[in-house]
Amino acid sequence: MRLELVKRPQRSALFSALSPFIAFVLTMIAGGIMFALLGINPFTAFNTYFVSPISEVWQLHELTIKAAPLILIAVGLAVCYRANIWNIGAEGQFILGGIAGSIIPVMFPTFESPIVLPLCLLLGMVGGALYAAIPALLKTRFNTNEILTSLMLVYVAQLFLDWMVRGPWRDPQGHGFPQTVLFNNSATLPELFPDSGRANWGFVFALVAAVAVWLLMSKMLKGFEVRVLGSSPRAGRFAGFSFNRMVFFAFMLSGALAGLAGISEVTGAINQLQPTISPGYGFTAIIVAFLGRLNPLGIVAAGLVLALTYLGGEAAQTALGISDKVARVFQGMLLFFVLGCDTLIHYRIRLVGLGAPKPDAVPAPKLEEAH
Amino acid sequence: MSEKLATGNLLEVRGLTKIFGTLKACDAIDLIVAKGEIHALLGENGAGKSTLVKMLFGSLEPHSGEIRWDGKPVRITSPGAAKKLGIGMVFQHFSLFEALTAAENIALSLDDGSPINQIAAKARALSYSYGLPLDPDSLVGDLSVGERQRIEIIRCLLQTPQLIILDEPTSVLTPQEADKLFETLERLRAEGKSILYISHRLEEVKRMCDRATVLRHGKVVGHCNPREETAASLARMMVGNEVKAVVRAPVEGIDKAAALLEIRNLSRKPATPFSIPLRDISLSVRAGEVIGIAGVAGNGQGEFFEAVSGEVRQDTAGAVRIRGKDAGALGITGRRLAGAAFVPEERLGHGAAPRMKLSENLLLSRHATDKKAFVGGGGMVKAGAVYSAAQRIIEVMDVRKSAPDPEAAALSGGNLQKFIVGRELDRKPSVMVVNQPTWGVDAGAAAHIRQALIELARSGSAVLVISQDLDELFEISDAIAVMHNGELSHPMPIAEATFEKIGLLMGGAESGHGGQAAEVA
Repeated sequence: MRLELVKRPQRSALFSALSPFIAFVLTMIAGGIMFALLGINPFTAFNTYFVSPISEVWQLHELTIKAAPLILIAVGLAVCYRANIWNIGAEGQFILGGIAGSIIPVMFPTFESPIVLPLCLLLGMVGGALYAAIPALLKTRFNTNEILTSLMLVYVAQLFLDWMVRGPWRDPQGHGFPQTVLFNNSATLPELFPDSGRANWGFVFALVAAVAVWLLMSKMLKGFEVRVLGSSPRAGRFAGFSFNRMVFFAFMLSGALAGLAGISEVTGAINQLQPTISPGYGFTAIIVAFLGRLNPLGIVAAGLVLALTYLGGEAAQTALGISDKVARVFQGMLLFFVLGCDTLIHYRIRLVGLGAPKPDAVPAPKLEEAH
Repeated sequence: MSEKLATGNLLEVRGLTKIFGTLKACDAIDLIVAKGEIHALLGENGAGKSTLVKMLFGSLEPHSGEIRWDGKPVRITSPGAAKKLGIGMVFQHFSLFEALTAAENIALSLDDGSPINQIAAKARALSYSYGLPLDPDSLVGDLSVGERQRIEIIRCLLQTPQLIILDEPTSVLTPQEADKLFETLERLRAEGKSILYISHRLEEVKRMCDRATVLRHGKVVGHCNPREETAASLARMMVGNEVKAVVRAPVEGIDKAAALLEIRNLSRKPATPFSIPLRDISLSVRAGEVIGIAGVAGNGQGEFFEAVSGEVRQDTAGAVRIRGKDAGALGITGRRLAGAAFVPEERLGHGAAPRMKLSENLLLSRHATDKKAFVGGGGMVKAGAVYSAAQRIIEVMDVRKSAPDPEAAALSGGNLQKFIVGRELDRKPSVMVVNQPTWGVDAGAAAHIRQALIELARSGSAVLVISQDLDELFEISDAIAVMHNGELSHPMPIAEATFEKIGLLMGGAESGHGGQAAEVA
């Protein structure tokens, strides 16, 4: 008896929609086993992780603060991944966006004007886009693998930021701490509802970006071009689209959105540059993009889920005394299961050696028949 | 018939059924192949021939039914099991490694660990004894398609099969090469081997095969002796109704018509080690005429199409001229805007994006030429206009499909081809270049496409058709040129052309290269 994958004649719409949920359930089961092994009641743990962090209004504000960068980055990554371009370097583009956007408030700390914030955001986007253009250039000119180049540029960006805040941009009045000056008010991203919590405009940017990219990808010729070149490059060439131009477009768009996420985080939640400005948003956003099925609207939901794992990790650290790395484990498992469950979209599982496929052996064939 | 030969039956298939989802690809197929006969398996594309053969060769498992081999029921669970029984298969699409020698390729499939020079010697001896001379030490990449097919056949024969299955073997051969193959098949028959011969070329089936089984929509519609049938009656059995003959009215005053597509001294270096260079090709196609380009596959047709379509640009702007204007420096979009339309050979992945809807695939080739109709302000696609245009094409070309706007990959090859050709015809292009317009398309659809191409020409466009199917070219062309090893012969007016003459040119015999004759080296 063995399991066999049978290719479906066409992709299953049902599993396309269902796979993130199956993955989520499987993550819960695997997570439960992990907590049990750690000697913690899984239900207590789940409560700490997923329920208590969002039981009060101010906590929902925190959720949007964590979700905003994830959604912004993931929406951009979705464009890349639809184009079959594997940008793994959003973390670096996020950081460069943060640095470029901080040029004005750090170098001219007393310059106050309503145009400062828009300029900061714009510079952040430009910084992220230009940084993303590096792997695009390497790919189109030298045919390098963008997975490697974009990933390696993350470490370059992290070390560059570290050097900046310890060296040229260190706050002279900061008692030697590696950080820049605090940004003045005109370089601070306003909060949305200051009465109830800290949520800022970053979340609005994320929602706008999601809708805009959704329009781009599903309604516009440019999005069509990206999808054709991503799914069948030869047909794209036949259509008269340029692959190289599309590579730059996808990389720079996702870089700009990652850069916007970076500068929103810096001008919003942090208000200065520090050696570390991201708890791995750029990498977690990869999970968000896939969990959201590379659909910008799905990504909004997925971004909120992954944001919750960050909050849950912090909560578990204080309430249960376990490392916040557990949150990373959760994220990793979730990505693992999402990618695994995606197999069900193109394949059916069947048991061989028992004659006919057994519907109760795995959920796949059973659900398919219902479909 | 079966009772009479009961003892001499090599293969008996009863009630063989294979279901894919809701489709019965093979529905209770009965088939009997006697010892020492050449048995034809006829049917249109999608009739279930390939599915049946895959079950016989062990690559698909039947849902129900029985296969008897030499009188004993057998289960063929893998190609290995089929080979052990004595079933050999020569596929339509070769599975050879171009960078290896013929002998190495054969050794890979034999899998018995015998040393390579032993295999080479055996292959050489066998190939000469069957009149299919083959040099086992030659690199596959250097061989012609006909020679590659020989490797496949020798590889199959080395396993001393009792039954040899040949899938559309002559579709890649010149008429002369095909004659050679028929001789070989007759020798094999004389030795008592059986051959299951899959083809849609009725003339050769009539000429060679002892019996025929005709499939339609997954069912056997008849067994017959092809020698007692006419090509028309066989076609009727295959298609189920009369196929409308293509009508080609003679074209008049063509000498005075303007050349809409001109190709002047077009050369191209090989893009990869295994592709063919184009050597100084010149050709012009006038308004109102259909020019055919014949040739065995892999003689530069693909490279030529890429160069003419603008997927690959030329260094000299005058190498390709469309409607009197230099187009050599333009990309494919520029050439389309100049009035040309193109249909590539490969449907899925080149002419159409497999996972995209038909309406999106319409946009694929027409987003620039029909910008006003299909793309609105700010680059928004007018989905409604595209959808209704796609529906219009679907209706005009009689595209059969399961959903209003299905993915391209969900259509059968013939229906997708009708859509892709229709997509370009709908524009009424001044210049139309088509590579293999009816490759793998059923007879009814093929006739429809051919008629549409002729009508486009007669309405004043220039049509260039690249095809390996000589019958097709003779049916629709006003003149035929032959491509061999990257060179193009002068077009031969259809009144002077014969299969014999064109076949010789396809095989590389010198004639008609005119001014370029001196360059042949």
